Amino acid sequence: MTCSEFLKELTDYLDNAIDARTRKELEEHLQWCHDCYVVCNTTKKTIEIYRDSRLYELPDDLRAKLRSAIVARCKSQPPES
Amino acid sequence: MLHPNRMPPIQSNVASSAGDELALVQAAQNGDVGAFEELIRRYDRNVFRIANHITQNREDAEDVVQEAFLKAYQNLKKFQGQSKFYTWLVRIAVNESLMKLRKRRSDRTVSLDQDIETDQAESIPREVADWSPNPEDLYRQEELRDILGRTINGLPASFRTVFVLRDVEGLSTEETAEALDLSVPAVKSRLLRARLQLRDRLNKYFKAKRDGVNP
Repeated sequence: MTCSEFLKELTDYLDNAIDARTRKELEEHLQWCHDCYVVCNTTKKTIEIYRDSRLYELPDDLRAKLRSAIVARCKSQPPES
Repeated sequence: MLHPNRMPPIQSNVASSAGDELALVQAAQNGDVGAFEELIRRYDRNVFRIANHITQNREDAEDVVQEAFLKAYQNLKKFQGQSKFYTWLVRIAVNESLMKLRKRRSDRTVSLDQDIETDQAESIPREVADWSPNPEDLYRQEELRDILGRTINGLPASFRTVFVLRDVEGLSTEETAEALDLSVPAVKSRLLRARLQLRDRLNKYFKAKRDGVNP
């Protein structure tokens, strides 16, 4: 397996969405290819950092304000029957 | 060399129980605004986050939250229950977000089809330095959030959207495809490129910090 072939499968590998044979081939490649090992690890870390980042949290006061506004608009603009 | 730990299955950020959600949707379909308000409580944070990621503008994101929920309410009878309510709502929210983005960037078209033919994802990145010590230990939380925000802003909208739905919000590949009206292979291809581009961009920051230079 080449590095390019490894990269093509990286997303499915990280998502655990590959068959056992392909997984074995990928992990054999990781045994000897340091670059792919690092890319794989840091890509996994990238996903984790974003998932845990709490980027763009909705503050409670704004949340309440938006919800009231939406409910008021739903009441004043109900679906056409 | 040990192989990296596999990713645990992505847990959706949305806590829902399907049965009682369907009851809420049905009640709201019959005009119960209180039931719809409960659906807003469940998903407003997710819609706000998705809209912020796509529009890159907080005011636009606030508008999207309002417009997406109002549109969902007004069209609730069209929701047949073949998909999850959340996936259906995300689809509306993504469309509203892209419309906002188009208005802000009126000089060019923004769509989920753009920028597909950019970087060759399959070529191995040049910078492969490992991230040690842990980047989360190198920065204050605010500083790290700022870097993450700026980094993801640099991605094309089409990549950003797929990454956010799949990796931040935890939708499955199939749900992401459904919400974006894309094929599963198209989602996978964009997700791979988005992940590798983000990794590459973050690498510049983390490496520079470790080496003690400004990126």
